[in-house]
Amino acid sequence: MSLSIVKRKPLPGWVKLLIPLGAILVALLFSAIPIVIARGALFKSYYYLFYGALGTRYNLLETFVKASPLILTGLSVSFAFRARFWNIGAEGQLLAGATVAAWIGIYFVGIPSFLLLPLTIIGGFVAGGFWAFVPAALKTKLKVDDVVSTLLLNYVMIHIMGTLLFGPMQQPGSSWPRSPAILDAAQYPVLIPRSRFHLGIPLALLAVLIIWFINDRTVFGYRSKAVGVNIRAANFGGINTNSVIICTALISGGLAGLAGVGEVCAIQYKLIMDISPGYGYTGIVIAMLGNLHPLGAMFSAFFLSIINVGAQTMSRMTGVPVYIVGVIEAVSLIIMLIFLLFTEYRLRWERK
Amino acid sequence: MISDIFNLAFLTGLIGATLRMATPIIFATLGEIISERSGVLNLGIEGTMLMGAMTGFLVTLITGSQWLGVFTAAIAGILLGLLMAFLAVYLGLSQHVSGLGITLFATGLSMFIYRLKVGSPTVPPTVDPFKKVVIPVLSDIPVIGSSIFSSYLLTYIAIILIPLVSLLLYKTKVGLKIRTVGANPFAADTVGVNVNLLRTLCLMTGGALMAIGGSFLTLAHQNMFLIDVVGGRGWIAIAMTIFGNWDPVKGAAGALIFGVLDGFQLRLQALGFRIPFHIFLMIPYLITIVALVSVSRKATVPASLLKPYRREEKGS
Amino acid sequence: MTYGKEPVVEMQGITKRFLDVVANKNIDFSLFPGEICALLGENGAGKTTLMNILFGYYSCDEGKIFIKGEEVSLSSPRDAIKRGVGMIHQHFTLVPSQTVLENVIIGAEPGRWLLIDKKSAREKLIRLQKKFGLLIDPDAEVWTLSVGERQKVEILKALYRNVDILIMDEPTAVLALAEIVELFKTLKALASENRSIIFISHKLHEVMEISDRIVVLRNGEVVAERKTGETNVKELANLMVGRELLERIEKKEITPGERVLSVDDLTVLSDRGLEAVKKVSFSLHKYEILGMAGVSGNGQKELAEVLFGIREKSGGKIFIKGKELKDGNPHESIKRGIARIPEDRIDTGLLMDLSVEENLILEVHSTPAFQQRGLFNFQNIHNFSETKIREYNIKTDNRDAPTKTLSGGNLQKVILARELAGEPIVLIACQPTRGLDVGAMEYIHARLLEQRDRGCGILLISEDLDEIFLLSDRIIVIYEGRIIGEADIHQATREQIGLWMSGVEEK
Repeated sequence: MSLSIVKRKPLPGWVKLLIPLGAILVALLFSAIPIVIARGALFKSYYYLFYGALGTRYNLLETFVKASPLILTGLSVSFAFRARFWNIGAEGQLLAGATVAAWIGIYFVGIPSFLLLPLTIIGGFVAGGFWAFVPAALKTKLKVDDVVSTLLLNYVMIHIMGTLLFGPMQQPGSSWPRSPAILDAAQYPVLIPRSRFHLGIPLALLAVLIIWFINDRTVFGYRSKAVGVNIRAANFGGINTNSVIICTALISGGLAGLAGVGEVCAIQYKLIMDISPGYGYTGIVIAMLGNLHPLGAMFSAFFLSIINVGAQTMSRMTGVPVYIVGVIEAVSLIIMLIFLLFTEYRLRWERK
Repeated sequence: MISDIFNLAFLTGLIGATLRMATPIIFATLGEIISERSGVLNLGIEGTMLMGAMTGFLVTLITGSQWLGVFTAAIAGILLGLLMAFLAVYLGLSQHVSGLGITLFATGLSMFIYRLKVGSPTVPPTVDPFKKVVIPVLSDIPVIGSSIFSSYLLTYIAIILIPLVSLLLYKTKVGLKIRTVGANPFAADTVGVNVNLLRTLCLMTGGALMAIGGSFLTLAHQNMFLIDVVGGRGWIAIAMTIFGNWDPVKGAAGALIFGVLDGFQLRLQALGFRIPFHIFLMIPYLITIVALVSVSRKATVPASLLKPYRREEKGS
Repeated sequence: MTYGKEPVVEMQGITKRFLDVVANKNIDFSLFPGEICALLGENGAGKTTLMNILFGYYSCDEGKIFIKGEEVSLSSPRDAIKRGVGMIHQHFTLVPSQTVLENVIIGAEPGRWLLIDKKSAREKLIRLQKKFGLLIDPDAEVWTLSVGERQKVEILKALYRNVDILIMDEPTAVLALAEIVELFKTLKALASENRSIIFISHKLHEVMEISDRIVVLRNGEVVAERKTGETNVKELANLMVGRELLERIEKKEITPGERVLSVDDLTVLSDRGLEAVKKVSFSLHKYEILGMAGVSGNGQKELAEVLFGIREKSGGKIFIKGKELKDGNPHESIKRGIARIPEDRIDTGLLMDLSVEENLILEVHSTPAFQQRGLFNFQNIHNFSETKIREYNIKTDNRDAPTKTLSGGNLQKVILARELAGEPIVLIACQPTRGLDVGAMEYIHARLLEQRDRGCGILLISEDLDEIFLLSDRIIVIYEGRIIGEADIHQATREQIGLWMSGVEEK
């Protein structure tokens, strides 16, 4: 007997919607293994995982707060991957956005206060976009592999931040790598009292709609999809593939930059080295779980936000380390990949 | 000032630091080259190194034996290579995404296990690191002797591995098969080479090397495990693979150049130069990008890199 | 030829399915020692599938295989090679960056332990080369060799493994006349050594020339078996297609009009940086089909790619209706009225993962009818694609079906529908019917003629002489990047064109 993988007949479309749900479910089941190893009571652990994220008003709103950067990095990665621009650099682009947002928010004292926040947001978008433009230009002009360059640029950005936070942007009198606080006018307004539910959340949801619109309705969305599917054929068909890749990168990086703006203007109110706990990398998981669709990214961002917020409570109540989150994320990504494969292929036993 | 930098002691220190910084990258680069030559890009490298660093550290902490630590790290690397093979070779999933998945998985798992075993004490635990091995006679050569021939055993192993991997790829039967599988798996299949098995073996070997490289970081380079102990060295190794045009000797040479830069930065810091150290930390990554720019146009990628191999795709 | 002997290969009741398609239906096939047996059938008849089963590359769903009297189960080519079965595929299984020697010995390397014993490998190779007259430098890297030489490497590879049952899949498809003659000599020499050869082909004349026995496949079934001496081309043609083969086309006589395309001293480099096209000049007129005959790999691809706009030229000029064409820009080529049918439908021509509609609008999606200020007008797009699907009779579930679900002929129809939408001035058609069945082929031919009668100038690049003679008004022959002959259709003879294709120039 031997097992082989063969093509299957196309499945109906609704199956595709069930796949991420199935993947998440299976991933949660798999995470029972580390939970048991960590001597956590299973039922209790899962209960607190979800109770911690959804059980109280404050926690529920915190889940939204946490979802906002995740939606943006997820969108950023899905938009880039859709055009096969392998942007693994959302983390660096987020940091670039955060750095410039902080710079504007701290030092642009003289300008009218109603202009400050829009300027901060635009500045963060442009900074993130620029940090993605660099690898896109390297790819299109000099054929440098985008995976490697985006990854390396993440580290370059971290050290740029470090240089600034130990240097010109350091809070006077402090020996820690952190900036002074941003001006009040540069803060995202809190929309729901007694919570941190801020302007960045509706902005992230708006971004979902805009990207959805670009993908499905516009010439650019069509072109970037064509480039992603087969760059050779897209070029043959008269599409300027280089400019599509560069524009894709600008938008993708800009979205990640917005995530950085949110962290500075709504959470920390200053720039610190640990401004992002790896939101950019989580964006990859979100994009894949969402099947590169903006709505998918939104839902999977909420899922990962639930896990992230809930894990804090779970850890407190059961002693299971919070790092279980990373394991669940990665496992759901892997399971999702496997599930997607079996929408096109099936296993076959062969007699020998 | 300048004379302070370029005196003999500095040079000796620099060579020593270079070898120390290059060792994990040499291991990882060789591992990546073996994988990619067989046609699989392994982006799991960064996570595999972290897993190796954690496993090596933890086992040494528990048993007191560094070599047992290295050995267990290698086993962990082999298992991650196997997982990568399952996803990217047998299932034929996107190598990019599978590899990133492995890195995320290994990172999450490493942190989880470490926290589980060590908890969160205020001062992180440390182990007795490897001792340097001084080779008699050779180490008496001025300048280079005391720096090169007084290194860690793992460094010597890394350097010996460079010609060995080269020999493996270019002079042995299995090497010819590996190169053929990476360039034209169909050709290999039609002469009876088991493409997927060979790719799996390459990923396992590669994983072991990456993880050993990672364990060097916690057992020699430092003596503790920190979250960012790998700090992008896996990605540097991938860059070196491209920079070296998929050749073990050239790739390792790239790793050494990286080591020089990193070592230079360390020595300058040690001498107390008041230049923001983050700028120094940034330089190796920038130089790596510039190096990629210079070679990317004429790179000869293994022809079937990124392409899974399946029979029975179509009829007729 | 001795039919009294036991067969070396016997396949009984072989059935193989791919998804819904039955590629082989209950096939019985046997092969005798020392014979050259032709497996004849048109594209998609199941010849290659059947032989891949014998080679252990595919497993069959039903049936039994006996090799040299013993029932075997072949789960991989390794099992087949062990029993002396070798197969030379249509797409060569060589690694261009490795040497001839490395390519030959892979999988059968001599030497103890790990190291390869290159010396004894080389000696064995040279012995074989001398014996069969297949002389090639063992240390040459394969990419430097010509197609004919590469095929010799493939044969050596099989001989090196002591193969006595050799399957050759369409071995002449890429060869020039002189190379074919040489190949046939080699095959006969092998057969005289009591080795058996299976020769897969759809070319009737060749089959008649080389084989001892012919087995005809149609739609996955064996429809006939003949001794070569007892049949003829006409009968084989009928058996192969199941109806009168010889395509008759009503071709109107039209006097060519003004010059629409002229190529002056065009020089183009290949991917390897060598001159693939050397100072080529020709012109093409309205109401004219110019057939460019030639064996693949003589610069046609590079020439076409320059006209397509996806490759830059290194010298010379191209004019469309007297105005120079900028190169290296597909958009420019499209805008200037060049319709383009690429050789490689799947990799260059189509976005296989996108829908039929998305492929149909590829070149016109930015015209004002389909978009305003970057937003699509889906009503017009749907109308356009529905019309095209109907007009070209494209068989698809609907306009949103992924293109990869279409058959080869329908893929080509999608490309035609897209390329001919703008009433082009010039059409560059590269191997437009390669790999298609007869029905699709006839359809494409009719469409090409219709374009010519409309006034389009067509450059037909093809290695299929039947096609060239059927459609062209004028024929030019390309060999090693140069045009070495030109003839009007009324004066051209197959013999002359064939000679030119093998590089024989007139004095």
